[in-house]
Amino acid sequence: MSDVLLKVEGLTRYFDVSKPWLNRVIEREDRQFLTATADVNFEIRRGETFALVGESGSGKSTIAKMIVGLLEPSAGRITFDDQEMNFASGAAMRTLRRRFQMIFQDPYASLNPRWHVGDIIAEPIRTFGLASGNAISREVGRLLDTVGLSASDAGKFPHEFSGGQRQRIAIARALSSRPEFIVCDEPTSALDVSVQAQILNLMRDLQDEFGLTYLLISHDLSVVRHMSNRIGVLYLGRLVEVADGKTLFTHPRHPYSRMLLDAVPDLTLSGRRRRQVEGEIPNPINPPPGCAFHPRCPHAFDRCRQEIPQPVDADGSLAACFAVEEGRI
Amino acid sequence: MAQPLLSVRDLVVEFPTRRGTLRAIDKVSFDIQEGEVLGMVGESGAGKSITGAAIIGLIEPPGRIAGGEIRLRGERIDNLRPEALRRIRGRRIGMVFQDPLTSLNPLYTVAQQLIETIRTHIDLSEREARARAVALLDRVGIPAAARRIDDYPHHFSGGMRQRVVIALALAAEPELVIADEPTTALDVSVQAQIIDVLKEICAERGAAVMLITHDMGVIAETADRVAVLYAGRLAEIGPVRDVITAAEHPYTRGLMGSIPTLTQTADRLVQIPGSMPRLNAIPQGCAFNPRCPEVFGRCRVERPDPIDRGSRRQVACWLYDTAKAEEAGNV
Amino acid sequence: MSEKTEPNAPRGWLYRAWDSDVSYSFRTSPVAISAGLVAVIIILMAIFAPWLAPYDPYDPSSLDLMDGFTPPMEPNAFTGNVYWLGTDNQGRDIFSTILYGARISLFVGFAAVVFAMVLGIAAGLAAGYRGGWLDSLLMRVADVQLSFPSILIALLIFGVARGFIPPAYRETMAIWVLIVAIGLSDWVQYARVVRGATMVEKNKEYVQAARVIGAHPFKILVRHILPNVMGPVLVIATIGLALAIIAEATLSFLGVGVPPTQPSLGTLIRIGQQYLFSGEWWILLFPAVTLLALALAVNLLGDWLRDALNPRLR
Repeated sequence: MSDVLLKVEGLTRYFDVSKPWLNRVIEREDRQFLTATADVNFEIRRGETFALVGESGSGKSTIAKMIVGLLEPSAGRITFDDQEMNFASGAAMRTLRRRFQMIFQDPYASLNPRWHVGDIIAEPIRTFGLASGNAISREVGRLLDTVGLSASDAGKFPHEFSGGQRQRIAIARALSSRPEFIVCDEPTSALDVSVQAQILNLMRDLQDEFGLTYLLISHDLSVVRHMSNRIGVLYLGRLVEVADGKTLFTHPRHPYSRMLLDAVPDLTLSGRRRRQVEGEIPNPINPPPGCAFHPRCPHAFDRCRQEIPQPVDADGSLAACFAVEEGRI
Repeated sequence: MAQPLLSVRDLVVEFPTRRGTLRAIDKVSFDIQEGEVLGMVGESGAGKSITGAAIIGLIEPPGRIAGGEIRLRGERIDNLRPEALRRIRGRRIGMVFQDPLTSLNPLYTVAQQLIETIRTHIDLSEREARARAVALLDRVGIPAAARRIDDYPHHFSGGMRQRVVIALALAAEPELVIADEPTTALDVSVQAQIIDVLKEICAERGAAVMLITHDMGVIAETADRVAVLYAGRLAEIGPVRDVITAAEHPYTRGLMGSIPTLTQTADRLVQIPGSMPRLNAIPQGCAFNPRCPEVFGRCRVERPDPIDRGSRRQVACWLYDTAKAEEAGNV
Repeated sequence: MSEKTEPNAPRGWLYRAWDSDVSYSFRTSPVAISAGLVAVIIILMAIFAPWLAPYDPYDPSSLDLMDGFTPPMEPNAFTGNVYWLGTDNQGRDIFSTILYGARISLFVGFAAVVFAMVLGIAAGLAAGYRGGWLDSLLMRVADVQLSFPSILIALLIFGVARGFIPPAYRETMAIWVLIVAIGLSDWVQYARVVRGATMVEKNKEYVQAARVIGAHPFKILVRHILPNVMGPVLVIATIGLALAIIAEATLSFLGVGVPPTQPSLGTLIRIGQQYLFSGEWWILLFPAVTLLALALAVNLLGDWLRDALNPRLR
């Protein structure tokens, strides 16, 4: 059994954002493609929480969707427990599918409003044929108990619950196929902070109890800091830095990581004067040439405008930056 | 103390429904001094946006202000006719909303909207108004403002649009700006820019700000004082440093502890059990009592009013009622 | 804010149905109540026609030609019989023929709507979920069909179908041909609405959650998406019922609908209009008023349902 549970190599996804054929002909435009993720590589080890952070357009949700098979990669491989994921092959995937699950951002949209909570949680059990008859409702009751709700809630509808309770239901459902790996796509960004704390604590407890491996997708650096062992920072579809949680927050290497950290409001009132963050994220249909971050980067030089930097090892972090590579920062 | 710029006393906002009347705001009182930034925090449904809407008279019917007073420089504005209120909105109270697209009309250029707003409220010629609009845009950080002013809102990025909205809110030099979640729809790296612009430009012009947000970090960096709302009631209000570093209301304490920070290494976050009650199921006594770790008998029966704790600080919690008793003893 | 049931109120589904927002909106809308009342009365009378009708208009032995053209509430000049709403040319009691006619009209209407609904929902779900060429194909067919008036399409289908059916079966099959013709001319609306709603629902996270565990697309469509797109379908089905009843009446009026031996409301109106100018107004008036009341009531119900299911429109 290898240490690496999930491995992503050269993962790339384009979206065709062209206008309809007739418009293109009349307006003499070419097809347009949006590069959501380009050549992304990372590994997730068993039992750890790996986080992907980035702002809008960074491609973090696209990566999550490709890993669970909601989107097909344009190029690249995803390997789960040494088996390559091939979502086209039904039978082989069925056994793999049981072993991973996903928790979604919006607990108001991720539960079918017409289904009883019990049926929502039992859907994976039924689909994978893990139990039948009374055993299902016993299992559902046990799961509801595990996430801090009561077994009698199985007969209610989602609209009878608050946002935090709904996210607990979504977690119970994700646990019901007894997975090893859960992709959490912004699991708390639709929730209030006090409820967020409940959900984050619950996720940690469950990780300890069931030995789960998490891929956490988030734009919130403090949540990522609290939850993850290792972190990948995405900018416009490319991984710019991968580092240990501690290293990233104490010694960020890539200029974008530094900027992101500077942008987080300071709750401790330390009086730290933040560096002014410059500019906004460019349009991903027309990204800048070379390193996509160069127009906002204080360290940019000619090479950054022409070549795309590859991740290089820098004091235990991987950073895709020429300035880091050449030892200038 | 001098007369406050804005004074809200015992504000009650109700929404009649077929299952009875819901109290979205229940006897909330606070002041905003001239040039002050008051942060208003709370979870969704706590009533922070409705408070803002009540001040500018934009409560959606059938909701209505069912009690209390709102005074702007001593003059009551909660019972004005819509016509008079409209003159106050924009001229004396500017507004910045979460989604810039709700404040900008997509059919007009930024110049048209800014100039119209300026000329509605201030007696200026078209040219003077335009010069002023360009200066404003330049001030909020729109590059090449003189040229971009003739663009339509959709030509601007999200962050730039919010800058335009800030310019629009300040166009008539209002005394108070109500900013309702001004950065929630923006990316992290842009949020900080917008908060900085809002804070600086209001300070420059001496405009007070009521900053409504769920983000404690934004409040910490921006506000002078902060009001914490819970289930439509004021839990705690006071100088931002006091409230953040030494919260007194058990709810505020729980709230502060539940926020993960970049420096903290604790394994678990402080969590408040349960969730905020729905408006139709607010418990008797203190609204927070079923979740409160320090609850005692009185909390379940009697609702605490805000208790003065010195330095313009008030806490609505029976834990601090001893102060009152001592005071009574001294007299 | 208030549509949530109390967390600690475990009541039966009957209570919950009564307590629901839709039920409340019905109870507080006078228009909806009166429309519902009219529709229910007509429908009940049609269903129980064999027990309610004083005469059996289909039984030739009970007819007396001498009773023909009896005015309402007046004794017949020859036989002295009194009929509430008079009789037609063959001496059939108008009241009874209306009850039986409404029965046929409603049956055709309901059946045509169910047929159009099944067809439209299937096409809409497939087009909306699958997208691509299937979507383009189905929607272009729908576009083409929408560019013709639906009554013309029904006429065309009716004509073609009759060509295929041996003459011996034409009488008995006529009613089914009518249902298919009206249904086929009406499925487009359902398909479009369902397609649009499906495209919205399929991107929601609960559908993605089902896809992550590899649920079969058919199961996702039927168990997840279908229940969530039924709201707007019910609204157009209600309004569609009124339209189908009118379409049936129109076709029967034109003489291509149900055979005269089993008259529907439309057939009755066709018979009646022949006598309008000779003074026998009642033969036309009463069936026409019934049709009008039925169509209007069902239409108003549909309007109310649309508003009730879509709180943002209020």
